[in-house]
Amino acid sequence: MYEFEFEKPSTIAEAVAALADEDAQALGGGQTLIPTLKQRLAMPSKLVSLAGIAEMKGVSIADGVLTMGGGATHAEVAADACAPLAALAANIGDPAVRNRGTLGGSLANNDPAADYPAAMLALKSTIVTNAREIAGDDFFQGLFETALEEGEIITSVRCEIPEAANYQKFAQPASRFALAGVFVAKYADGVRVAVTGASEEGVFRWSEAEAALSANFAPDALAGISVDAGSMIADLHGSKEYRAHLVAVLAKRAVAALA
Amino acid sequence: MPKDNGIGASPKRREDVRFLTGAGNYTDDINVHGQAHVHFLRADVAHATINSIDTSAAEAMPGVVKIFTGADFAEVGGIPCGWGVTDRHGNPQQEPRHPIIADGTIRHVGEIVAAVVADTPEQARDAAEAIELDLGDKPAVVDMAAALGEGSTKVHEDLTSNLCYDWVFGNDDDAAVQAAFDSAAHVTTLELVNNRLVANPMEPRVAIGEYSRGTDEYTLHTTSQNPHVIRLLMCAFVLGLPEHKVRVVAPDVGGGFGSKIFHYAEEAFCTHAAKACGRAVKWTSTRSEAFISDAHGRDHVTKIELALDADNNFTALRTNTLANMGAYLSTFSTSVPSYLHGTLMAGNYKTPVIQVNVKTVFTNTVPVDAYRGAGRPEATFQLERVIDKAARELGADPIALRRQNFISEFPYETPVALTYDTGDYVATMDKLEAVADVAGFAARRAASEAKGRLRGFGVNCYIEACGIAPSNIVGMLGARAGLYDAATVRVNATGTISVFVGAHSHGQGHETSFPQVVADMIGIDESMVDIVHGDTGRVPFGMGTYGSRSIAVCGSAMVRATEKIIAKAKKIAAHLMEASDADIELKDGQFTVAGTDKSVAWGDVTLTAYVPHNYPLEELEPGLEETAFYDPANFTYPSGAYACEVEVDPDTGKVSIERFSAADDFGNIINPMIVDGQVHGGLGQGIGQALLENAAYDADGQLLSASFMDYAMPRADDVPFYQVDHSCQTPCTHNPLGVKGCGEAGAIGSPPAVVNAVIDALQSGGKDVTHIDMPLSPARVWAAMNG
Repeated sequence: MYEFEFEKPSTIAEAVAALADEDAQALGGGQTLIPTLKQRLAMPSKLVSLAGIAEMKGVSIADGVLTMGGGATHAEVAADACAPLAALAANIGDPAVRNRGTLGGSLANNDPAADYPAAMLALKSTIVTNAREIAGDDFFQGLFETALEEGEIITSVRCEIPEAANYQKFAQPASRFALAGVFVAKYADGVRVAVTGASEEGVFRWSEAEAALSANFAPDALAGISVDAGSMIADLHGSKEYRAHLVAVLAKRAVAALA
Repeated sequence: MPKDNGIGASPKRREDVRFLTGAGNYTDDINVHGQAHVHFLRADVAHATINSIDTSAAEAMPGVVKIFTGADFAEVGGIPCGWGVTDRHGNPQQEPRHPIIADGTIRHVGEIVAAVVADTPEQARDAAEAIELDLGDKPAVVDMAAALGEGSTKVHEDLTSNLCYDWVFGNDDDAAVQAAFDSAAHVTTLELVNNRLVANPMEPRVAIGEYSRGTDEYTLHTTSQNPHVIRLLMCAFVLGLPEHKVRVVAPDVGGGFGSKIFHYAEEAFCTHAAKACGRAVKWTSTRSEAFISDAHGRDHVTKIELALDADNNFTALRTNTLANMGAYLSTFSTSVPSYLHGTLMAGNYKTPVIQVNVKTVFTNTVPVDAYRGAGRPEATFQLERVIDKAARELGADPIALRRQNFISEFPYETPVALTYDTGDYVATMDKLEAVADVAGFAARRAASEAKGRLRGFGVNCYIEACGIAPSNIVGMLGARAGLYDAATVRVNATGTISVFVGAHSHGQGHETSFPQVVADMIGIDESMVDIVHGDTGRVPFGMGTYGSRSIAVCGSAMVRATEKIIAKAKKIAAHLMEASDADIELKDGQFTVAGTDKSVAWGDVTLTAYVPHNYPLEELEPGLEETAFYDPANFTYPSGAYACEVEVDPDTGKVSIERFSAADDFGNIINPMIVDGQVHGGLGQGIGQALLENAAYDADGQLLSASFMDYAMPRADDVPFYQVDHSCQTPCTHNPLGVKGCGEAGAIGSPPAVVNAVIDALQSGGKDVTHIDMPLSPARVWAAMNG
């Protein structure tokens, strides 16, 4: 890696101030950023670690709302979040990754094959930053792109606890990121279906499946419905058609798991 | 009762204590006073002319000691190829110069373009980024068939084409072979790919070169499976150094799998640069560098045809293979698709007519060389796949078809130049059927189908030629090295023993198993015996460890040296007991005079050898140290039968291995636990090849799977608990221990069983799928099912 300054503030305000410097970069758990630095693919002037900020910690549930600190690790989400999200977090990476990597870091990175983005779209999330609140539906803006402004920090995340939810992930054989992942959440006012790993445009809500499942929450309701293969990712690990097929299979399995 | 000491016992691996407690001494653990560090600037394009290299800015950077380019190595030799193959017309292989640093042309991504030596690794890397290259892009040659096509861009302008050699083996009478096919009742044809692999040992390569101005001596610490081979090649062919002035040390090495056999440019560079810079020079490969600079494995494209008569007897076999050499010839690259592959095409079967055709091809990719099994997995895969396909086409039981064609009389001379000394293929298949519970498969399939899964059973046999190798035979076939090995047994005055061996242990457990042999022969506790390996300054000239040769070849040398020790010790004991040495017996570490109650202990004799106060000095030298070189009379021929059971998820194409059973005949076994471990590791690598691993290039010569994000290594949950049995034992007839070697069997024998099982599963589900190329990823299986 190249040389950089390092700061580890203990409050959000200090972190925001530290990030004001040109080319300063926030550091969550470092599970993506540190390997990137080691490969010399990024050259920040300063890293601002968010790991020492107590107000960004913790996972709690109250009044039907799940609140998670931006600095909560995957292991903490796995331990304390509502069951479907806890199960998702428990299957990210390996124990070392889960004990270092953070929810906020993952969301800010918005890797198109990450698991959390699907959950955020399906669970009616609100992304809370030092500056504002952003609806989950507005947060993810394509591959590695989010609504975050320069220097903006995800301080916490709120999700509405669904009646029922399930995440089905099909792992890419090498990285074990999602080759496709489908998060289905059932609320009183309808069903949300979010897809990660598959699309060239990143995580998305599958509105056709949502409509069908809102009318009839059963695997058979998805019969004959498919995502457009043309917009799916094609790479070494699967064709566009394969990913489109996987999305349909995983969605059915998620619903079947809740039936 | 299992033995607890000596041959046949399973003491735990003594070396694991240091490996598991952080007390190992790997090359990167070594730091030399005043050392500098080298960073290699590597090509990021596959094919280009180097118009100019401007190092002026880089040379002015902090900490830079010296910057090297191809011009600095124009006067030294290239990396040599250790095997010269003669083609079907009697011509030598095309052999391009393999420079230490690219001289004028870049020929693969990862090739060294410049080398920066600096005080720290970071400074070296910083300066390397300041080097300015002016490159003239050339089209990359990646696909082998296209490389051989008319008008293809040449990887080496000074060669006539991209063909290294066009080789034929076995029956070279095309008309006679064709006649055998014309008269067949049935011919099965299969076209397949043996996928390119990256070895990925846990420890990446490391090299540290040192030079002493005072003594004019060099030391190279390197991650090698064969330090004497590295010293010979580097001194005699590359740097032109006197061997006695160069010491090569390979300390603890964290896995090799073949990839650390070869002499690499980085080793010669660090040795040369140490003198040029006046400082020790160290290089530690990153994992990213390993993907594009360690020699790759496999990468064959084959068409195989099997002819059978009306009674399903195999009558002829013909293969046509394209084998990728990459951009340059790595040390043993040319032997792998020829003599380590063609000689194995008879497999376990008495096929009378066999013709093997191989074209080796230069491409703009990383050089390809031996990887665990080296040619033998490629042979086994195509043979065992075509037999399975034939069985399906003929409606024959795959096991019965194999049994019917088994070689059953030994020794057996194959049509492809080998003489199998011993084996019992019926016995291993019988054992496999029991271990794999073939009888219970139908019930297991029904249970899988009840939960919506397709279940398949696949079987294959394998034979390998290892214990490499008789020097006179391989010399006739083009090897530019002997393949004996050596051991020195040094008995100390107090009776403990150091055995200096030419074999190198980098995961095989030699430090445990070799002492078991010596201790058993003398009748002392194995804790009294240690081996020393991996240092040309200490061990006799041995050829190292690969080709499942260590116990069969170096172990035999160790036995011969120990026999000399015992013979001399008996003379000393006879003197002490005033008896004839012909009457001395050695048992449990005690020398006795036959038929009397006179005895002296091992320790009394060893002390006498070094404190020769009462000693027949006029007849016998003092001391107790003997060396033996052993050159094997033949290869050894481990064999076995493997079975795999898979479940396939028809919705996603995902394959899971539910059972894997192995029945091996390794001849006599020194340490059954270590053999189990060797088989387990080999099976893991074979399953990795079959289901997961794939070094894939794009058309521009970029490696698409150049990190573990895209290159799928097998993990614990990708493999099942294995059923491994090696109770079938037909001892090797020509080495003193009756051993055959076990290191590569698992990797050789497992890929066809996996693929055969998946095809069986898909066909059981009504899918008309006859072949899928490895790796059988979920996407490929799904595509085949829905094709």
